[in-house]
Amino acid sequence: MKTEQRLAEIFVELADTLVDEFDALDFLHTLTDRSVELLHVDAAGVILSDQHGHLQVVASTSNRAQDLELFELQSDEGPCLDCFNTGRVVANVETSVAIERWPQFSAAFMKAGYQSAHAVPLRLRSQVIGAMNLFCVDAMTLDDRDLALAQALADVATIGLLQERAVQESGLLAEQLQTALNSRVLIEQAKGVLLALTSTSVDEAFRLMRDYSRRHRLPLRQVAAEVIARTITAEQLRLG
Amino acid sequence: MRTAAGILDAVLGADRDRDTLPTRLCEDCTEALPITGVGLALMNDEGHQGVIAATDGPARVMEELQFTLGEGPCLDASLARRPVLQPDLASTAVARWPGFGPEALNAGIAAIFAFPLHVGAIRVGILDLYRDTPGSLDNAALAEALAYADAALLVLLHLQGQMPPEGGLHPQLAAPLENRAEVHQATGVISVVAGVSLADALLLLRAHAYAAQRPVVQVARDVIAGTLRIGASRNDHE
Repeated sequence: MKTEQRLAEIFVELADTLVDEFDALDFLHTLTDRSVELLHVDAAGVILSDQHGHLQVVASTSNRAQDLELFELQSDEGPCLDCFNTGRVVANVETSVAIERWPQFSAAFMKAGYQSAHAVPLRLRSQVIGAMNLFCVDAMTLDDRDLALAQALADVATIGLLQERAVQESGLLAEQLQTALNSRVLIEQAKGVLLALTSTSVDEAFRLMRDYSRRHRLPLRQVAAEVIARTITAEQLRLG
Repeated sequence: MRTAAGILDAVLGADRDRDTLPTRLCEDCTEALPITGVGLALMNDEGHQGVIAATDGPARVMEELQFTLGEGPCLDASLARRPVLQPDLASTAVARWPGFGPEALNAGIAAIFAFPLHVGAIRVGILDLYRDTPGSLDNAALAEALAYADAALLVLLHLQGQMPPEGGLHPQLAAPLENRAEVHQATGVISVVAGVSLADALLLLRAHAYAAQRPVVQVARDVIAGTLRIGASRNDHE
């Protein structure tokens, strides 16, 4: 039953990605499970492009569907790939047309007991990050309302995934910024320590640490930390 | 009202030869809001790490004071990870920040609104807005100030994102910190001379500068040159 209340529940569930323990795989399994439930299809799966542009099967409601999706990626043909490449819905393709367009996929598909396949893109504006497959054991057509619902589910999932990627990326950059800042501070402090321990100059102190880090293939940051901790002495910097 | 994305577009699209991105963002913010000036600083768990941009003299003083004294609204905001809004420093600041308050008022700063920039648990920086007359930000201005804080964080991450992972700080972030180098070097010297931790050495340096009414950087230069010994004996503190 597509009751309004159930729809609302599912959209709230899919929109709730701002939790601390967000797990992209769990999230996509929720998407495929709910898509099967709402659209009355028999299986659903998602392929996603990773940050390097490689496509991967990341969620499926059945092993059979997962095998087909992997086959689709390996044989480089099928509705989900077409959908990903064009960023458009692929739905209600006649069997004869499907066999002609995707001969290898169609053979494997029918052997697996399915008769119709549809795919909606995971897309935000011009950025396509993946596609969701819907498989049916009957020759089932999706009407406009079904397709609009499938696309809405895919859209809300896309926003969640992009949000998660952005959060991860900015976290990484923030860490790099902190590391770079802290390294700088550490190196300057170590120069001061050397200045006080020996009668060297600031520039000479830096040169000693840099040469030592190159000789021993240690990050300069680490050499500076060890100078401060006195686990590397000025003598060792000169001779070691 | 402008969103963080809109602000970023405007700042990225402005004349690239004119000033650094952080400076353009601060200037844009000053024009858009009912404030007098803006400072942007890098922060970490140890505190204030240096001014990246300041629109005018008082904005720079506001940042330098907080670095020197180790106290002030931006440090509180960064520590608590929430904005600190002080619409009337004259009535509140002296009690809350005995060092910073009077100095800030002397510099002509009457109100401060400090917005921390952080990603999850990682502290990145602080955006400080000031006014030369007392007065609050209304809801619309506050919302826009928050959008500027979001944009400022994106600017910092955007700049650092242009560097390879082990490539150090982006030049637009590193260059304004150059004069901090001497402070850190002097901290290293004092830690050896006084036989204390680096954190305590920095406190000694700050205390000396505050007592002598001199900028920390000047005191640091004397320490490095060997003309001033801090922490060696009690006689060094006048």
